[in-house]
Amino acid sequence: MSRRQYALPQRGDEHPPDDTGCTVLHVDMDAFYASASLLSRPELVGTPVIIGGGGNRGVVLSATYEARTFGVASAMPMARARRLCPTATVVAPDHALYSAISAAVMATFETITPVVEPLSLDEAFLDVSGAIRRLGNPARIGQLIRDTIHDEQGITCSVGVAPTKFVAKLASGLAKPDGMVVVPRDEVVTFVQQLPVGALWGVGDKTEEALLRLGLHTVADIAHTPVDTLRRALGESAGPHLHDLSWGRDPRHVEVQRRERSIGSDETFEFDVDDPAYIHRQLLKLSDRTAARVRSAGMLGRTVTIRVRFSDFTTITRSRTLRDPTDVSREIFDTAKGLYDALGLQRARIRLVGVRMEGLVESEGAPIQGTLDEPDHGWRDADRAVDRASARFGAGSVRPASLISDRERDRRRGRQGGAESGAGQTST
Amino acid sequence: MKFRVEREVLADAVTWVARGLPARPPVPVLAGVLLEANEEGTLTLSAFDYEVSAKITVAAEVAEGGTVLVLGRLLADISRNLPSKPVDVATEGNKVSVVCGSSRFSLMQMPADDYPTLPTSPTASGTIAGDVFTQAVAQVSIAADRGDTLPILTGVRVEIEGDKMTLLATDRYRLAMRELTWNPEATDASHLALVPARTLSETAKALGASGSIEVALGSSAGGDGLVGFEAGQRRTTTRLLDGEYPKVTSIFPTSVDTEAVIKTSELIEAVKRVALVAERNTPVRLKFSDGQVAIEAGTGDDAQASEAVESTLTGPEIEIAFNPQFLLDGLGAVGTDYSRFSFTQPSRPAVLSGQDEVDGEADTTYRYVLMPVRFAS
Repeated sequence: MSRRQYALPQRGDEHPPDDTGCTVLHVDMDAFYASASLLSRPELVGTPVIIGGGGNRGVVLSATYEARTFGVASAMPMARARRLCPTATVVAPDHALYSAISAAVMATFETITPVVEPLSLDEAFLDVSGAIRRLGNPARIGQLIRDTIHDEQGITCSVGVAPTKFVAKLASGLAKPDGMVVVPRDEVVTFVQQLPVGALWGVGDKTEEALLRLGLHTVADIAHTPVDTLRRALGESAGPHLHDLSWGRDPRHVEVQRRERSIGSDETFEFDVDDPAYIHRQLLKLSDRTAARVRSAGMLGRTVTIRVRFSDFTTITRSRTLRDPTDVSREIFDTAKGLYDALGLQRARIRLVGVRMEGLVESEGAPIQGTLDEPDHGWRDADRAVDRASARFGAGSVRPASLISDRERDRRRGRQGGAESGAGQTST
Repeated sequence: MKFRVEREVLADAVTWVARGLPARPPVPVLAGVLLEANEEGTLTLSAFDYEVSAKITVAAEVAEGGTVLVLGRLLADISRNLPSKPVDVATEGNKVSVVCGSSRFSLMQMPADDYPTLPTSPTASGTIAGDVFTQAVAQVSIAADRGDTLPILTGVRVEIEGDKMTLLATDRYRLAMRELTWNPEATDASHLALVPARTLSETAKALGASGSIEVALGSSAGGDGLVGFEAGQRRTTTRLLDGEYPKVTSIFPTSVDTEAVIKTSELIEAVKRVALVAERNTPVRLKFSDGQVAIEAGTGDDAQASEAVESTLTGPEIEIAFNPQFLLDGLGAVGTDYSRFSFTQPSRPAVLSGQDEVDGEADTTYRYVLMPVRFAS
């Protein structure tokens, strides 16, 4: 769900829009997690429902449109969402269900065109230029997709039809919920330039602020500002890029194999934490998890980024680029820990930490500069062994000993009659 | 204070003393050079930043003795640009005047009382030939780490046992070791020091032109954690790195399966050419067979290059990949007409050493151990 909502700009005439050349479709499920969860809770349809973790610490993953009218938005802390909408039913997320529906939806897309670029579980770009002869013009195809998904999955989606990716994405946002907007080629410029600057792809709070400071409120203002001025204000690449977008120019194609740009995971704590030892353990857990995902994707990453969110929600990121790409849990953890320690935090209360790997390359055949002091079997081999054990006995069956909780350890001891438990754990 | 000194003498001396001065010192006085004029006819210039100290004494006509502290880089720039005439330096109130021919400069005095005391002049533990020392330091310091991950590895490990001196450095990807002889004051001299590689190579370059360099280690260096070098009228001390250097003896391979001897200059040129197509972090691949080594780089998707160089081979053929820069560093350091490679396996370290003749004996006083690049599977 979009962070900002914009009104649909006025169209000039009442004729059905001309969709010639509008071969890019952006399909986005409406309140995906919420709609999917309500499939098994039909009694809640039409009432405010929030999908999110239990307790007050998690964030909102999704909410029904009834809840959104109260101001509930995704990524909002649960506590705030509950205050905004006390009548809402909170439903715990069911990720297995979402994955299953997502896979089915993506399969539907594949029957329309092979050129599908998934953006996340619930949205994708489709290039339908090759399907027009078979299935009709793009608007017809858009309607076909909407009908098929509604019939087969029981959830609704919105479709944007436009000549370029970025306009299609804007259009689907304006079509929500359960609608379709076609932006004809001739109207792209008018359509884009009516919007406020915040609607442009890549304009976040900071950029928007910079633009407003220059007195640029609408996309039309950007379009009629010299490129050099924008370059000075926004930077070498962002300035000219926004100028292009403001004229509806977006050279990016729908890419079938969207390369993974980064892999990582975050952890929001049950309570704000200021204990460095606890944070280190969380970084170890997240590094382990991230490294396992990097390995299973067959990649190596070169840049380690950590994210730290404090109790007042200010968030900082720090990253370090390694000399060589890696997929070794230990190296990722050491770097992440180094980055965290370099912050020099003095008992700051922390709400969330995250570890992410960027600069991903295929691991197959990647050159690795060995070190003179490396043992014959190093951490890399330990990681491989952990991966094999996880594949057989489930994730977390082998993990650093410092990540075993006290309760778990006591239970294990009790069961084994006080004997030291050695099986299934590696120590760090 | 009032003295006259030749412009060349002053320029050389100030430039050498001020070369290591920090651009943005933590304390303002550390940007200064201390001038001490002695009525016996000497001028001593010194600089110190708590890590490195430098001191030089030159001849001067001293009319009035005294001590002043002035901005070091500024004085170096001025003295280099003066005309080739005698330079008169004198204090005038809180200023220092520098007059040469018709040019006249007036510099602000800095508070000399606040200047830190330099480490005491070291007494020599022994001497070493300047050219040998300069070459040895250059051969070894290339392998020192330039990053900040393990500060200890940014140093050169200097080990002394009697008249044997061993210099060693490694960044964990390669290791360079040079053994040489020196003339210790005491035959049972035994020292171990970790000298920052950058400072050591600058010092060796600055002092190497002298015939003989005095080295002061241990207590004779004038305090713990210091090493001192002296040549002619130039003296310098450097703070040593503190910490435990990793054990490295096990890194040298104990056996050899394949050996190859190649003309050093030919291999350097070939590797430089072929490496042009090697993208960042991708290796050059060397295939040693009877009579030649084939050098290749690049991948099927991008540019590729190959070249063959004449080579002798003893033992089974081997194909091995190296980071081109690491390989070139080693080849550039052996300093002999021929280079000898010793291999065990493509995944194990290779040893590079030099020799003067193609069928001669290897000179093992310098050894460069290089870890190959392997490919993830």
